[in-house]
Amino acid sequence: MIGAAVAVASTCCLGAVVPPLAVLDWHAVFFMLFAAAACGCALAVVLADNVVRMAFYLVLSLGATAGLFFLAGAEFVGAMQLMIYVGGTLVLLVFGVMLTAQAPFVSIKTSAGEKAVGGLLGGALLTLLLVAALSVEPWRRPGSVGPTEPSATPLGMALVGVRVDEPPARSPAVGRSGYLLPFEIISVHLLVVLVAAAYLARAKRRKTPRPVEMVASVEPPVSVAEHAAIGREAPAGVPARSGSVLVGGGS
Amino acid sequence: MTAMVAPLAWVCPVFGLGPLGHPPGVSHYLVVGAILFVCGVVCMATKRNALGVLMGIELVLNGANVNFVAFASPWLQADGARSIGLDGQAIAVFVIVLAAAEAAVALAITLNFYNNHATVDVDRADDLKG
Repeated sequence: MIGAAVAVASTCCLGAVVPPLAVLDWHAVFFMLFAAAACGCALAVVLADNVVRMAFYLVLSLGATAGLFFLAGAEFVGAMQLMIYVGGTLVLLVFGVMLTAQAPFVSIKTSAGEKAVGGLLGGALLTLLLVAALSVEPWRRPGSVGPTEPSATPLGMALVGVRVDEPPARSPAVGRSGYLLPFEIISVHLLVVLVAAAYLARAKRRKTPRPVEMVASVEPPVSVAEHAAIGREAPAGVPARSGSVLVGGGS
Repeated sequence: MTAMVAPLAWVCPVFGLGPLGHPPGVSHYLVVGAILFVCGVVCMATKRNALGVLMGIELVLNGANVNFVAFASPWLQADGARSIGLDGQAIAVFVIVLAAAEAAVALAITLNFYNNHATVDVDRADDLKG
């Protein structure tokens, strides 16, 4: 192993300690940038105790991962990562953080023993995965890659059931249609899940009504709207029912 | 042997031109995916805040997604024979959608737990213990 490494070091140009600008592979430069950002921010998510900072580091890590997707030639997946993950899921998580971030829960400390056991098991798993990852032989020979077609159109066509790309040889996808059935299943699944989430997270009906509801139930809605109009100038186009809708709708 | 040495020569400047002179291969993407995955697993195992556990799940799914995209990438393959082609990108899109659905349901459950127990500490969620 060491002999082979020395041979590699001697055959590769030894003099180029600082490579000139033309030697730099910009794919490699941006890969290093995004990979360092993704891994560093993921590590910061693990090490941070404050849940708000964890959410912020997670946003950075997922954004850098989207950059990695762009670099790998999967621009549609990278765009979806930015729009759905960073734009949707993380906003949902941040709302959850804000709704539950009472003072004792912003940072819940983990005991040192649990951290040690978790770090030990994580290190063992990382070693296993790194050995497996480094044993994948490089697919790419120098100078073998040219510009490729954008993948958004074949992906979109495959999602509606038409394969316009050429599947790799010996792939089980040869001769099959695209992903129409998984696409339908996942869309119905998403609908069901979001309805269920809205049902689970709805505001519960309370036994004792809140004060604002008591006001709304005692007084007729029109007078509530008039009360609202007394305090400030009523806008011209607002109907009189809007005040009662706002007060009565919060049950 | 060469399969083990080539990523080392890429990572460590002692073994070659340096990390910025060679294009990255599929192994480097797999290393990034492995680090994200392990960070997510450790985050799921050690965080006591329920939202921290959720963030760990997101990290795990992203590590898997990096692997899918790397194996499907047209930039990282020598010839088209060994790539999984468009399947990897389609699976990555499905994973993203499923992660969004999972986050919505898990967040709803967390908010319900918070409403009922006034805490988000997962160690306090032991009502079903016999």
